[in-house]
Amino acid sequence: MRLTISRQLNLLSVVVIILAVITGLASTSVDMGSLPDADTSEIIKKDSVKSVKAFLEAYKVLMSPRCVNCHPAGDVPLQGDESRLHAMKPQRGKDGKGLNAMKCANCHRESNTPGLNMPPGAPNWHLPPADMKMVFQGKTAHELAKQLMDPKQNGNKSKEQLIAHATDALVLAAWNPGEGRTTPPLSHEAFAKAWTTWIKYGGYAPGK
Amino acid sequence: MISVTINQKVYQLDADPNMPLLWAIRDLAGLTGTKYGCGVAQCGACVVHLNGEAVRACITPLRSAEGQQVVTIEGLSENNDHPLQRAWQEIDVPQCGYCHSGQIMSAAILLRDNPNPTDQDINDAMSGNICRCGTYLRIREGIKRAAEMRK
Repeated sequence: MRLTISRQLNLLSVVVIILAVITGLASTSVDMGSLPDADTSEIIKKDSVKSVKAFLEAYKVLMSPRCVNCHPAGDVPLQGDESRLHAMKPQRGKDGKGLNAMKCANCHRESNTPGLNMPPGAPNWHLPPADMKMVFQGKTAHELAKQLMDPKQNGNKSKEQLIAHATDALVLAAWNPGEGRTTPPLSHEAFAKAWTTWIKYGGYAPGK
Repeated sequence: MISVTINQKVYQLDADPNMPLLWAIRDLAGLTGTKYGCGVAQCGACVVHLNGEAVRACITPLRSAEGQQVVTIEGLSENNDHPLQRAWQEIDVPQCGYCHSGQIMSAAILLRDNPNPTDQDINDAMSGNICRCGTYLRIREGIKRAAEMRK
């Protein structure tokens, strides 16, 4: 019996060493600054290679016009597949819902308006608020991953809330954009899988 | 039947719930002050207030106004004496006038939210209302005059 325990301990040591080597190798291609706090129960799930690979898939969607147009670098939303400035230049406003007579929901109703290039719609159409703009436009995969995993920049979202965000009504609207607009390059199912994999395996940022 | 309150009067409308609110206002309720401009939410001629927000009636389905409060240019004031209406008359803001019910309805929301708007505030708030006659400078003057009248 003692021998068995001793063998198990030896085996465990080997596994720990192998894990340490793998983690060391991974650190050459990912930013370790994104490592979440040490938590033994989570470390087993962490896999920087899997996580980064999944993020790079999700990133294709995040940088599509359907996502970027409402995550602009400025205070005016973008429009169309070429992400031009929105006609009429509606302003973000403090809460991200527009200003005065130019509120987003005044034209972007609860559902798409039928017809080619008519205003798309979904409940609660808005940009991120002025005090946390959550800019996607122009961000590299490294920058965006870091931003998305930081609650101070992601709308105070925990990992669980981030995962749930994949099925948010406004996120889903990207795959029902109304006539005249392309959908993101992955299906929603593939995106949600990549997004969830990225977060569950540690939420690592690709290298710079 | 769809029940909608327009200018504090309840209308029972026998209409498709997907009918644009603009059609219901003009053709069923007979209130023709609100104008049809582009039909695609790009010009602002059809702006009305739906529960206090300046929606574009051409793309607002009637179903979203069911049981709600709608105010059109006819209901903005009892005697056409809203400060904006008085300022519009005083300065003689319109040229052809077609877009001006929408202009005034948008401006009314601006003054409600911001009683003393700057030029930039006015530009930002009114950028969704197009005037083919180009009366923008008088519109801005009219809004400023109305703001003074409200003080």
